Order: sequence, then structure tokens, then C-alpha cells
Amino acid sequence: MLQLEHLSKTYADGTRALSDINLSVREGEIVSLIGGSGCGKTTLLRLIAGLDRASGGAIRLDGEALSGPHPSVGIVFQEPRLLPWLTVSENIAFGLDHLSATERKSRVRHALEKIGLSEHAERWPRDLSGGQQQRVAIARAFVTNPKVLLLDEPFSALDAFTRASLHEHLLGLWEETRPTVVLVTHDVQEAVTLADRAIVMQPKPGRIFDELPLTLARPRDKTGLAFESSVRRVLTALDHSLNTSRQQPQRERDRQAAALWW
Amino acid sequence: MSGEIATSAWSSQQEAAALAAPSPAEKRRAFDWRMLLGLLLPVAVALLWEAAVRFGLAQGRLVPPPSRIAATLWALAETGELWTHVWATLWRIAAGFALGAVAGIVFGALSGASGTVRRVLDPTLQALRAIPSIAWVPLFILWLGIFEASKVALIAVGVFFPVYLGIAGAILSVDRKLVEVGHVFRLSRVKLAKRILLPAVLPEAVIALRSGLGLGFMFVVAAEFMGASEGLGYLLVDGQQMGKPDQILAAIIAFALLGKIADSLLVLLTKPLVRWQDTVRERL
Repeated sequence: MLQLEHLSKTYADGTRALSDINLSVREGEIVSLIGGSGCGKTTLLRLIAGLDRASGGAIRLDGEALSGPHPSVGIVFQEPRLLPWLTVSENIAFGLDHLSATERKSRVRHALEKIGLSEHAERWPRDLSGGQQQRVAIARAFVTNPKVLLLDEPFSALDAFTRASLHEHLLGLWEETRPTVVLVTHDVQEAVTLADRAIVMQPKPGRIFDELPLTLARPRDKTGLAFESSVRRVLTALDHSLNTSRQQPQRERDRQAAALWW
Repeated sequence: MSGEIATSAWSSQQEAAALAAPSPAEKRRAFDWRMLLGLLLPVAVALLWEAAVRFGLAQGRLVPPPSRIAATLWALAETGELWTHVWATLWRIAAGFALGAVAGIVFGALSGASGTVRRVLDPTLQALRAIPSIAWVPLFILWLGIFEASKVALIAVGVFFPVYLGIAGAILSVDRKLVEVGHVFRLSRVKLAKRILLPAVLPEAVIALRSGLGLGFMFVVAAEFMGASEGLGYLLVDGQQMGKPDQILAAIIAFALLGKIADSLLVLLTKPLVRWQDTVRERL
């Protein structure tokens, strides 16, 4: 279980990127952070990844406090960030230094099959398309078998077709080890396609506005009515978070309404 | 002007040799033909000058025709004199380049990797860099004598600064995003340097070494001007004092060829290190 407790981040120039984030993600759950730009989604992910330090609060993974990059936490960035001097298979094996050569090889081979790039194993990243590169980046994060996988808008630079096929690759890999996934996105369709829960965030300072469970059965039918209505629910919440940023969150208002009724 | 003529006449042979080398792809051949276009102008000028001298339109005393330069070079080569000079010059460059490049790499790496070292070291080195390297000559002669040591030291100083600047700059400009990948996989400082910083700076390091080598050739001439009994620089001075322009041009051609060969050799040796680069390949 991944727990964020009263997490906050204030940059040196006084910008409050995140304030009082409380969130717990069950093991194997896919949670999607969604919100407009500047609401601290990426900052939050970087804190969990240990690339930045929180100004306050704590991050716990199965009770253990995280401070810095952790072997059980993997991340896929917005850009593939492959090392251009390593071949595709060497890139995937980058985080497997501690394993024996045979184990390393078999994991890389398996990952390459999973992402459908076996025949490109010995090529340079420069020879791959953007979508293929991002697949390699996802494989590089998955082969270390992380308990928590962080995805920072990994599909945002890709066209719709490539994105859809990458969603399938991602879910295929996820099925195998079922890591906890925290996915940052600004694409509602993507959130509903992948996530078990959508966390809608709000900017200035970045905070959680609302949580929406997405309890559709997998594999999800993107043309179905249930999918459509989920998308609409997330969109509505997102709309509220953007337009009525000075108003209180929905749940708060509901609670007050309930109090009045009493 | 005639230097250019002669140089190109010679480099045409070199280019021809390069063309004769087996090309890996059939496609390349079409490109090679167009490369020959570059030879058109200098070869034409050389032939015109040769003809002008032959038909008595020009004297060719101060600007000897290509045939006489070739003959001089040939004569120098036959007596073995040329090789003595070439080896003397090459040895000085090799020793000076090795010293300067190693020092440049070490200090550049320290300065690039550690902010503290950079703050301590860099201002002094930048101040030293502002001194024209030739200005060291009198001091080096006093300290190291008039023989090889002072010459090698001058070349080393010339090579040091471009290499230092190139390496330090390359390390400072390594993509933060790739370094973060190393952080995510919890690489130690040593491993981060070995697995990410080193490969990332290699392309720029090669360029730094190449410009260092170029300056090495520049400074070897300066070093040999200040009193040498052998070396291509000596051949230049001797040609001036004895009034032999063909000898000067022969030495210049020898420099052009040696410089090009040394540079190509450096590129060839370092090519396996940077073959992953996603750039226009042939940057010679």
C-alpha cells in the first residue's frame, strides 16, 4: 500500500506546488491523477519517485517511509529518456545490474516479446519511432518488477492510435505482476481506460479536489455506455475543479447540505 | 595563393586514395562523385599556373609552379631529409598532445564534475587561458632550455585549454533528464559517472580533442620557429632564409597532409565510441 500523508511541496521561490495531499493507493490498484496544468501532478510523482524532496508530510510504501529513489518504485517519464548509446535491449537491462547475466537476459527477452520489439533488440534508440521508444521505456521500468510504477503522462506526445496500442501494452505488462500504478494524465479517456480510480486535482496550490471510483470491468469497452458515463463524470469533476476553484469541493458542499437538512 | 594551389593538387591524390577505399554501401558512390567537384577549382588553378609558367607568361620564382613544388618534395623525400623533419615534428606533437590532452581531460573532468573544484580552479585557468600561449616561450626557454622540453611544453599548453574547456563544458551540459534516469536506478556517483556521464560527454570530448590536436599543429610551428635544427617548422624558416619558396610550400603541404591524416586517425579511433550518435554522420 502506498500512502501519502499531509504531503506538501513549496519551491524555493515560495510557489506552493502541493499542499496537504492525503492519498492511499491499494496494492495493485491503478490510480490516475488528472487535472489542469500547474496543479502539481508531476511534482507529486517526482516526490514519490524520490527525485525531489517534500517540504512536509510523508510517503510510505507498506509502512516504510520513502526518502529518495527506492528499488520498489519505478517511473516512466513523459519522454522516453532512453540512453542513446545503449541498444534497445541494453536500455531495458539498465536497472538489472544486480542480477546474473542469464536472469537479466531472460527478463529482457520476455519484456521485448511483451512490447513486441524482439526484432529490434539490437538497434539504437534513434532508429525507433516515438511510440516504440516509449514502449522500451515502459519495459525498462517493468523489468525491475517494481511494487509501485509511476507514469508521468507517458503517452501525451503520441498520436491516438499509438496511444491506444500502448495502453494495451501497458495493461499487458501490468497483468503479469500487478504493481500499484500511479498515472498522471490530462486525458480523461486515458484515465477511464486504465484506472481504477481517478483523482481530480486543482491548482494554486496543488491539492486533491475529488476522487472518482472507476469500477468498470476489464477489458474495458471504450464504446460502451458505462465507459461514456464514466468519462462524463470525470469531465464534470474536472470542469468543477477548473471553473469553481474558489468554491468548495463537491463533497464539502454535500456535507454542508446534509448538515442543513438535519 | 600558390600554397592553396599546391595543397589541393596534393590533397587530390589523397582524396583519390580515399575514393579507392571500398565503400560499404553502393549508394555512397553517387555521393563520392559529387565530392570530386570540390577539387575542380583548385586543380584548374594549379594547371593554369603550371601552364602560365611553362609558356613564359609568369616567372614562377616567388610562386613556384606545382611541378617544381612536387619535385622539391620528392627530392627531400628521396634523400630522407623529409622523414627526419616529419618525425621530429610528429614526435613533438605526439608528446605535447599527450601531455596537454591528459591534463585537459583530468582538470576538465574535475571542474565539470564538482562545483567546488570549478569555483577554485576555473577562474585561474581562464585567466591563464587569456595569455597568448606564445608569450610563454621566453619563460619556457629559461626554465626548460632551448631543446625539446620547452617545445613540448608549449605544445602541451596549446592543447590543454581547448581540451579542458571542451570536457568541462561537455560535462556541464549533460542532459539532466538522463542523469535523473541514473538517480531513479540509484546509481552511485562512480557508476553514474561511468554509465551516464562518460558516454554522454564522449562526442563532445572527441571534438575537444580534435580542436586540441589542431592547435598542437599550430604550436609546433611556433615552437620550431624559435630555434630548431630539424622539424617541418625548421624547414619553413630555412626556406625563408635561403630564399627557397618551393621548400616553404613543400613544408606547408607536408603540414596539411600530416594534419589531415592525424585528424582522420583521431576520428577513426574514436568512431566506435560515438557510433550511436543521431547526427549527420560525416562531419570531417
